Amino acid sequence: MDKLVTILICLPFVMAVLPAIIKNSKARAAVVYLCGAIVMALSVFTAVKWAMAGGKAMDFNLPYTEVFDKIILVGDFLLMFLIIYLSFKWKKGIISFLSIIQTLLVAGIELFGPEVEEKAVIHMDWLTFIMILIIGIIGVAIGIYAVGYMHGYHIHHHKELTDRRSFFLAMIFVFYGAMFGLVLSQSLIWLYFFWEITSVTSFLLIGYTRSEEAINNSFKALWMNLLGGLGIAVAIAYAITVQGTANLYDVISLAGAHNAARGALIPIAMLAFAALTKSAQFPFSGWLLGAMVAPTPSSALLHSATMVKAGVYLLLRLAVVMNNNYVGQMVYLVGGFTFLAASCLAITVSDGKKVLAYSTISNLGLIVACAGAGYQETVWAAVFLIIFHAVSKSMLFQCVGAIENTTGSRDIEDMQGLIMRFPKLAFILMIGIAGMFLAPFGMLVSKWAALKAFVDARSALMILFVVFGSATTMFYWTKWFAKILGVNPNKSRDLTKPNEYISMFFHAILLVALCVCFPLVSKYVVLPLTGEMYGNASAVISQGNIIVMVIMIVALLVIPTFCYLLTRNAGVKEVMAYMGGDNAGDNVRFLDSVGEPKELQVSNWYMEDVFGEKKLFTPSVIISTLIILVLLCTIVGGAF
Amino acid sequence: MTDLQIRILVAVCYVVLAPFIAGLLDGFDRKISARMQGRKGPSIFQPFYDIKKLFGKQFLSAYRLQLVLVLTYMILVVMTGVLFYAGLDLLLCFFSLSTAVMFLILASSATHSPFSSQGTHREMMQMMAYEPMVLLTAVGFYLACDTFSVNEIIKSDIPAICYLPGFFVGFVFILTIKFRKSPFDLSTSHHAHQEVVKGVTTEMVGKEYAMTTITEWYEVVFLLGVVGLFFITSNPWSILWTVAAILAVYFLEILIDNVSARVKWQLMLKLAWSVTIIAGGLNLFILTLINR
Repeated sequence: MDKLVTILICLPFVMAVLPAIIKNSKARAAVVYLCGAIVMALSVFTAVKWAMAGGKAMDFNLPYTEVFDKIILVGDFLLMFLIIYLSFKWKKGIISFLSIIQTLLVAGIELFGPEVEEKAVIHMDWLTFIMILIIGIIGVAIGIYAVGYMHGYHIHHHKELTDRRSFFLAMIFVFYGAMFGLVLSQSLIWLYFFWEITSVTSFLLIGYTRSEEAINNSFKALWMNLLGGLGIAVAIAYAITVQGTANLYDVISLAGAHNAARGALIPIAMLAFAALTKSAQFPFSGWLLGAMVAPTPSSALLHSATMVKAGVYLLLRLAVVMNNNYVGQMVYLVGGFTFLAASCLAITVSDGKKVLAYSTISNLGLIVACAGAGYQETVWAAVFLIIFHAVSKSMLFQCVGAIENTTGSRDIEDMQGLIMRFPKLAFILMIGIAGMFLAPFGMLVSKWAALKAFVDARSALMILFVVFGSATTMFYWTKWFAKILGVNPNKSRDLTKPNEYISMFFHAILLVALCVCFPLVSKYVVLPLTGEMYGNASAVISQGNIIVMVIMIVALLVIPTFCYLLTRNAGVKEVMAYMGGDNAGDNVRFLDSVGEPKELQVSNWYMEDVFGEKKLFTPSVIISTLIILVLLCTIVGGAF
Repeated sequence: MTDLQIRILVAVCYVVLAPFIAGLLDGFDRKISARMQGRKGPSIFQPFYDIKKLFGKQFLSAYRLQLVLVLTYMILVVMTGVLFYAGLDLLLCFFSLSTAVMFLILASSATHSPFSSQGTHREMMQMMAYEPMVLLTAVGFYLACDTFSVNEIIKSDIPAICYLPGFFVGFVFILTIKFRKSPFDLSTSHHAHQEVVKGVTTEMVGKEYAMTTITEWYEVVFLLGVVGLFFITSNPWSILWTVAAILAVYFLEILIDNVSARVKWQLMLKLAWSVTIIAGGLNLFILTLINR
């Protein structure tokens, strides 16, 4: 197992060199497919092998741990120098201070601080199992999609940009390695290192196009994530100097003990704070919204399989010690608030990628809230949300990217009648959207469990956040969904590459399979996970209801087909839609006041004046900042 | 009879009888409304005559697949009611209802017709306005009876309304939206005889429109069932006051319909959410405090 894990973490880093040095685009594509397939197979193999061996939590060291320790120390400094160089190059030098402070803090404590007991650095359990599969399967599928997408991106649409595809693909592989490392580490110092790699890689990916907007947004992402990194650095410093350990699980069990020291919550709070920045909760949502300037595969990667999932992964780790204390309160208040605020904001935007970005923030908010509540039921819900969100969101981003490459626009208003123009893309988009909010698909099940858990916890405020957030979520998805169906006579050619379709259909099948096999996933993966964390596992949604839901899923697939067959010979007489008698021969044009035919545009509601970004964004940032500040002060102040 | 047999029987009765019950209620609605307005009003069977006539009309459609979507809408609403009357999970029923309404929205927006698009957006807005209170109602029952299962809720000793007066007020408030009554009949009105240019159902003609109407009748019986859930207890006699309460609520909706004028969506959203927060939220807050 230890050798396998070593390969799993190191191989993607080594593989990243290949696309970087191969300049021939065909050869590079082949290499990326091959390497992607290897990473995917390796991750599935590792996960399955571990599960087959009984699925017991394991702690172990890698071979040559000493060497890795040294590499990580050097790596920390390399990252610091990289950040310093880049931030001065683009005249944002001030940001490098964040990096310098935290690197020196961690390195200083590690080198000159008190000796800590040597412990195993790797931990493998059910949560790791799920994360490895998400990174390995969804992440790699995005990598495969990226090859075709980036081709179209540079050849058809953005001829003016420097072609840096080699760099882009290399970064994707670095991301895999960093994420594997992050979810497997139990040493905080290792965790911190991989955490910083993901921050820097995402910064580089966001700045890919080097336009002014991209540069600004990438630095915004950098400083917010570095602030989170600083949180981890402080947690490490505190854990080593005061608690005498650098192990994540020791820190957790110290905080969870009955006679816990009063300061034991401080490192937990700092880690939770770091996780909030990484999972783009308010007030740190700006970086994820800015990230959409990057080419679509990187958005898909940041939003679904990696990056933001690192944040919620860490929160789930901490969930056990966040039940009923100030840290938990900080986390679930910020999460619940973000869930509602982001879904309100999503109503007012028509840019498809931006809607997806807000929806990610909103869903992460729900996951964060579930983790912060720290009950077994909420953790169950959170894990399902992570799984379903990863699959749906990756698929939706890929689909919107493909639509943009084909039609030249990712605005929802331009997707009118997509089903007539590009049925395959529309089909995928519809499955993805249905998966995000429609009963009885995945996300809704998790929302249901979350609601039930908050009721059990008697948390009135959270219940209100969830019910209002659900209503607004429904609104923005419904209007998008309704847009896809409809009439549009403009035909054009579908430019989507086969490999993009392979990836998208793979996601679609995976999503439907997950929905249908939902009871099995719950029984064999998620319940063992919560059992591992809380000692005893009990079902959150009763067996009867789960069966009813699976029946409903099948019904939703069968009923429309059945109705179609039933009404096929209904003898319909096709007429034109009602336009007060002024149709100009079809459903898309009407006669204006001087008798000229004019095209009819039907537009969705965006309600800028009610939920607008201008109106809500700044207050949301202020409110959430206040929540975090007040509770952090309470936690730190309460310790002394 | 065993418990299960009774549950199946009730569900079957719902499927068979719901359109007749709701149709009759609709007939009374028109009669009472007419009397309130100083008219004589049609026969109480008029809604059924309307449906018969609609089915007899030539089938015209602006979009071939619309009928599929309408039919799916109908089946899903019936399924929602069956889940409810068979005593399953209340929250599941509400989720299933939202999914069903989605198909109505798709059916109306698919045509690219300006009038039905207008109606569609208003329908979505209505959904956003009432959805929090609907979910909150399920939460309320869970707090009062410690279960989401309808079959368990009806076996409680004290009617749920004793714990949930605020939830009841909120639910009745959003019923006005769901029943498409003035002042909240924004997306379409509930009068089946006004067939042409009618918001979300503008493009639904003849039998499509008849099916939409029948579907709404099924929905009405389901929602009135939820109203009844506030009153029913394990005592068999409770059925009497439950029916009385349901009729009273229905009369109240007719009264509201006749004394108010349609408002703009902004006001509807504000009112619905305010009532949800004030009545529902306050009740919720108190329940979570006393019932830990």
